[in-house]
Amino acid sequence: MNFLDLIWLIPLFPLAGAAMMLMLGRNLDPQPASEVALAPGLEHTHQDHGHGHGHAHGQDHGHAHGPPASPLRFLISWICPGMVLLSFLLSAGAVRQLTATESKVHEVVLFRWIAGLPFHLADGRLASFGADWGFLLDPLSSVMALVVTGVGFLIHVYSIGYMGHESGYYRFFGYLNLFVFFMLMLVLANNYLLLFVGWEGVGLCSYLLIGFYFHKKSAGDAGNKAFIVNRIGDAGFILGMLLLFSVAGSLSFLDVRQALAGMHPEVAHFGVLSAAALLLFVGATGKSAQFPLFVWLPDAMEGPTPVSALIHAATMVTAGVYMVARSADLYVLTPQTSAIVAGVGALTAILAASIGLVQNDIKRVLAYSTVSQLGYMVLALGVGAYWVAVFHLYTHAFFKALLFLGSGSVIHAMGGEQDMRRMGGLKDKIPITYRTMLVGSLAIAGIPGLAGFFSKDEILWQVWSSPLGSQALWSVGLVTAGMTAFYMWRLMAMTFFGASRADAHTQAHIHESPATMTVPLIVLAVGSALGGWIGVPKLWAAFPDSFRLFEHWLAPVFPGVHGEHAAHHDTSIEWLLMGLSVVVAVGGIALARHFYQVRPELPDRVAASAGPLYRTLYNKWYVDDIYSFLFVEGLCKKGGQAMGRFDLGVVDGGVNGAGWLTRVSSVVSIWWDTWIIDGAVRLTSFLVRVGSYPVRLIHNGQFQTYALYVVAGVLLFLSYYVARS
Amino acid sequence: MHPVTPSHYLALSVALLLIGTAGVLVRRNLVIVLMSLELILNAVNINLVTFSQYYQHTHGQIFAIFVITVAVAEAALGLGILIALFRNKPTVQADEIDLLKW
Repeated sequence: MNFLDLIWLIPLFPLAGAAMMLMLGRNLDPQPASEVALAPGLEHTHQDHGHGHGHAHGQDHGHAHGPPASPLRFLISWICPGMVLLSFLLSAGAVRQLTATESKVHEVVLFRWIAGLPFHLADGRLASFGADWGFLLDPLSSVMALVVTGVGFLIHVYSIGYMGHESGYYRFFGYLNLFVFFMLMLVLANNYLLLFVGWEGVGLCSYLLIGFYFHKKSAGDAGNKAFIVNRIGDAGFILGMLLLFSVAGSLSFLDVRQALAGMHPEVAHFGVLSAAALLLFVGATGKSAQFPLFVWLPDAMEGPTPVSALIHAATMVTAGVYMVARSADLYVLTPQTSAIVAGVGALTAILAASIGLVQNDIKRVLAYSTVSQLGYMVLALGVGAYWVAVFHLYTHAFFKALLFLGSGSVIHAMGGEQDMRRMGGLKDKIPITYRTMLVGSLAIAGIPGLAGFFSKDEILWQVWSSPLGSQALWSVGLVTAGMTAFYMWRLMAMTFFGASRADAHTQAHIHESPATMTVPLIVLAVGSALGGWIGVPKLWAAFPDSFRLFEHWLAPVFPGVHGEHAAHHDTSIEWLLMGLSVVVAVGGIALARHFYQVRPELPDRVAASAGPLYRTLYNKWYVDDIYSFLFVEGLCKKGGQAMGRFDLGVVDGGVNGAGWLTRVSSVVSIWWDTWIIDGAVRLTSFLVRVGSYPVRLIHNGQFQTYALYVVAGVLLFLSYYVARS
Repeated sequence: MHPVTPSHYLALSVALLLIGTAGVLVRRNLVIVLMSLELILNAVNINLVTFSQYYQHTHGQIFAIFVITVAVAEAALGLGILIALFRNKPTVQADEIDLLKW
């Protein structure tokens, strides 16, 4: 069977699942009316809790008075994950066949989607603006498709258990499948415009899923925030796309690549290409939660935990990284934009990691961790190490999905509690969750042998050695690595070690999650442990090239960075740097262990002695407050008031002025009409009247008078003739 | 005994004409105005018949018969108008019927 020509089917399976769920799902899993009536009450109780803790998850309500499961519900549990599994199998088959092809690129064009509109390009050539409904499978999109469908499938399975007690089960799975559809459109599209369809689609699904608990105001707000912040990025993306079209004359990836191949890099000046690249990157900062548009991602934790895992860790947020990697041919021509990309990545990485150090909500720590890791990927993109960025994306998908799902399992066990200050001592009570999360946190911390180590170390080395990188960026990356290790172990220590700080009622109900939740955890843990072994550093010469499969696989997609690598480097430096990053990782873990296990009173003392710094970190560098002040309060409210004043003063003033002018001119006009025009008319009639007065005297209406005139006239004529004769 | 000459007839005719004209001009009752009109017409008839006899020529008599016919028609028409007028304005006084002014 030729899977390669069937790649257009890959996204269609989840679409079919979504269509079934969203159109028919209500019949499979009827929602009792009482559940809807409950909603306003729920919102009220939620608002009584503080912000950081107590977004008591729907679950604990579910336990108490969940609707009786419909007998047809199991259909949902089979259809939706099944659809994603089909996509995964089809992708796997297609990728397998792709390895056998010579060019490693396969394009399937279904039909012309947007017919060409003629446009003059920047250099005067005439091109037609159009796009195909076409799909492209190459090494890059195959990695993405496998990650999306593979991790997506595991998360679907996990959701069966996690969402089992929730109402809106069909809705959740429908959105989830719709999301996978759009994500696959995004990664498999063969042109920017179709990619944008998926790009917007995942944004929509993100909004729907973040606001899944729509009866909670905070969830609805978070959904809005994600949507609005992403819009800013999308505007950049559209502009960048059109600018790129004006240079390359096509939106198809392969055509753009060909067009860019003949161009010179903009080393000395910031030209059109740099501007296009920067605008595309603005899109990426929105989707991939980079500074300054990262604020939506932590708030997105309002959604159900599997959503956090699927969308905000493993797949959707990687869209920006994917898109920049896809445009690698453009970025190698624009070193200045690349420098900006690298700077933004490094800044995001360290900023988010530093915030993650002090957060108490388990999902929020992971959310900032995600932002920070995305910063790593963008940093790698910025220094031209595109394959490394994709490699980190791939390993990150494993361990971040694992960590999120694990935290979901913890929350599940704690009956909806998300505040780590009320956890602790869960190690023996939920052993599977503990062990898998341990693997995940060691992997993200960068302990050698686990997946995160390989990708992160490669990023750090590339940042050090690449002509676009620098030692400053490298040190930022290294510090971030240390922070990562610290906050991950802090999370582990506060959650799993020590004595339990939960109340007795919660403690009594702690239980390990069902198999549908733990099996995906185990699979992901295996992936987190072993997934890195296809990207072993070149330094480890003992390993044959088959351990460096990932780089070779992606090599045809990415161009080399101009300026080429610094000639044969001294391997001792690379060993030294690798050793340093391991030391930092272990040191971070040891420090966290010292703080939170050995001497648990230390954190508070440190927090107290470093008050301002601690508060700054705790309040997320006040970025949200600054945005709130500048944009929500300033631009929207004050700006709205200013615009209101402008409306009242200038616009209404203009209207009122015009009205006043009309009135004044009409007064003049009335005077003119009354005295001049009407006066002339009346004068005429008056003159006629005066002139007609003598005539009127004769004309008195008495026919006898008239007869008299006739007789008189006759006599007159008669006398005239008599007198003449 | 003087013979009756055409001058006598003509004098009668002039008298009738003047009486009729005066009646039309000064009487206020419309019926009488109409009757005065008849007097005028009959003055003309007498005139015609007189000259017809004088010249021994029948044209005048034939013309007189025509005038009588027209006078009948005119009287019928005049009375008809008078009645129609009376329906709209219940009066036969000529000075009260002054709708013709401006």
